[in-house]
Amino acid sequence: MTGLSFLIPIALTMGLLGLTAFLWALDKGQFDDPEGSAMRILIDDEAEEPLP
Amino acid sequence: MTRESDLPTGIKRCSETLLAVPGMHCAGCISKIEHGLVAVSGVASARVDFGAKQVTVAHVPEMPAPALVAAFRQLGFEAHALVASGDNPEDARPLLRALGVAGFATMNIMLLSVSVWSGATGASRDMFHWLSAIIALPAVAYAGRPFFRSAWGALRVGRTNMDVPIAIGVILTTAMSLFETVTRGPHVWFDGATMLLFFLLSGRVLDATMRARARRGALSLMQSSAPGGYILDAQGVAHWMMAENMAAGMMLLVAAGDRLAADGVITQGTSRVDSSILTGESAPRAVTVGDQITAGMLNLSAPLTVRITAAGADRAIARLTRIMADASQSRAKYVRIADRAARIYAPAVHTLAALSFVGWMLAGAGWHEALLIGVAVLIITCPCALGLAVPVAQVVATGRLMRAGVLVKDGSALERLAQADRALFDKTGTLTMGAPLPQNIDALDGTNAQVALALAQANRHPLSQGLARSLTSRGVVPVPLTQIEEMPGEGIMARWGAVTVALARPQVTHDEEDDAAVDVTIADKVVAHIVFADQLRPDALKAIAKLRILGLESSILSGDNVQAVTQIARALNLTAQANARPQDKIDAVKHLTAAGAHVLMVGDGLNDGPALAAAHVSMVPSSASEVGQQAADIVFMGDGLMAVPQAVTVARRTQAIVVQNFVLAVGYNVLAVPLAVAGVVTPMIAALAMSLSSMIVVANSLRLARA
Repeated sequence: MTGLSFLIPIALTMGLLGLTAFLWALDKGQFDDPEGSAMRILIDDEAEEPLP
Repeated sequence: MTRESDLPTGIKRCSETLLAVPGMHCAGCISKIEHGLVAVSGVASARVDFGAKQVTVAHVPEMPAPALVAAFRQLGFEAHALVASGDNPEDARPLLRALGVAGFATMNIMLLSVSVWSGATGASRDMFHWLSAIIALPAVAYAGRPFFRSAWGALRVGRTNMDVPIAIGVILTTAMSLFETVTRGPHVWFDGATMLLFFLLSGRVLDATMRARARRGALSLMQSSAPGGYILDAQGVAHWMMAENMAAGMMLLVAAGDRLAADGVITQGTSRVDSSILTGESAPRAVTVGDQITAGMLNLSAPLTVRITAAGADRAIARLTRIMADASQSRAKYVRIADRAARIYAPAVHTLAALSFVGWMLAGAGWHEALLIGVAVLIITCPCALGLAVPVAQVVATGRLMRAGVLVKDGSALERLAQADRALFDKTGTLTMGAPLPQNIDALDGTNAQVALALAQANRHPLSQGLARSLTSRGVVPVPLTQIEEMPGEGIMARWGAVTVALARPQVTHDEEDDAAVDVTIADKVVAHIVFADQLRPDALKAIAKLRILGLESSILSGDNVQAVTQIARALNLTAQANARPQDKIDAVKHLTAAGAHVLMVGDGLNDGPALAAAHVSMVPSSASEVGQQAADIVFMGDGLMAVPQAVTVARRTQAIVVQNFVLAVGYNVLAVPLAVAGVVTPMIAALAMSLSSMIVVANSLRLARA
């Protein structure tokens, strides 16, 4: 029984974290242009700001 | 679309313009556009939406749309400013949010339920039930809202739809489970309720995404609209103005090659206009001072000054749009297959659940046990697989059609297309390319062709563009020209090295068709006389034959003159009606509909708009006018007409799969319902049955992607 008092809160917290992350990503518009996001990975933006 | 907003960078006030850029293909394009535009003075930021092939540019309000288009051209991209459209694409976000919540609840409750099923008893079982209740109650209240709202909307006007049994099932199950939890009963059904919502929301999300995707795609294809024009102020200075800000009495300057943004009377200039978008008439019309011209016409040869008589919502185009809204009433009456199924299904299920309850009461079971069995019947018959059956099949089918260049605006269009048994075609721009193409391109060869291409590229006249298109497709490379000069109403002149070259209207009239011909002149010598004509789409004949095999008899309904229509009708071996005004086209559609036919209208022009809206289902090529694209259910890309029979085939296959899905879903109910009525269904059996039937339906629908 004592195991449950740890495991259940942990499971629920992890689930909630996942849900929060999903809702956050949704609000930030990360699902608005999935095709474009896939393309943007390939853009080498670093070239313009040299590493310190 | 331009709107004002505040801005972070140095610029104080800022407008936003939405542009369609169909030529974006890769990450390099995104980077080039976003970085390249910011470097242009006056532009604050640019954001690419790759999926929709659109770019939102924030810039100073003084910057006119043509300047932005020019900036895109500098970067090597063709761009079109988009006009604000009335209907906003449906947003899938609230549904996705609900789906996330339902998914979270389902997973965690299932975790607890599995513990109960594996043998938890006594106090730990009660605790698991309470935890499930705490998770399920807010989740059902939040994620169930789309269904509750829609069910309430239908019930209030005395109808039922698919959402009524869903809402009743979910609410009853949750309430009953809560009661069981409080009274420390052995079975609760929170997992079933949330899982049901999760599966059903998946179906809804798919449906909404499909609709949003197709709408955005169609929006980015509007090319023939004029978003604005140059207005002369009191001092005679020209300013760029968006079409919606124009008013009657203003003086509008229309350059050769521009489309009119408002209706008006010509006060200065003589030119020829192409009104094919409005009337379907293919030959250009000569206009001069005092003539009335309307928005959407293309000014061909010389600049015109026009006194605006009607702008914005008063324009002839806008009036036609309103006729269309009336004509589409019949389509609004169409009941989607899922709702038709629900009309039979919902009462049947509710009667069954009520009968089980009454039956067990009569058989001597307590009201508590009888109620539990009634709820079990409700949840086992809840149209989980039914809710997925239609959207999954339609999403897979529209995804496949989209890859083939056919945009379907919503699932109901696919259902209606499957029913079509009669086809009507417009001529100009639908059966034909709608743009003049050179008939004797072989008269140009070697350097002559290269010179002609260089000249043609520098001009926006339809003949030049047709010539440029067919020379480019032959792999001709243009020569460099200098001092390119446009001679209004005549043609275009330039220097090629030391030689004067020109692409101009024939000086000597060969015959009556001098409107549709140009001479290529090199060093004052005519080297080629090119004749233009509107051509049939490459596979028109094949497409018509294929439609006939599919059982759709076709005919032509055109606004063009008898002679032009007869020629095409003979080539395609079709019956035809010429000189049809928009009203005649509607009448023809209504006449066929009254005779019991399901008419598929394929058109493109503004004059087809009302008929497109009145027909049972309609398709337009992507070259169609803005109004045509808004009125139609389906937009197809490319030059070919084979997309029409292809879409019909896919629509029919989809419908067959949907029916199979219904049979599978109902078949599962036939097996499970007796168990539920007998009172032997536990929450575990319900959960298993629900996921299994949903998976079978999804798997069956995925077959559409492969065929």
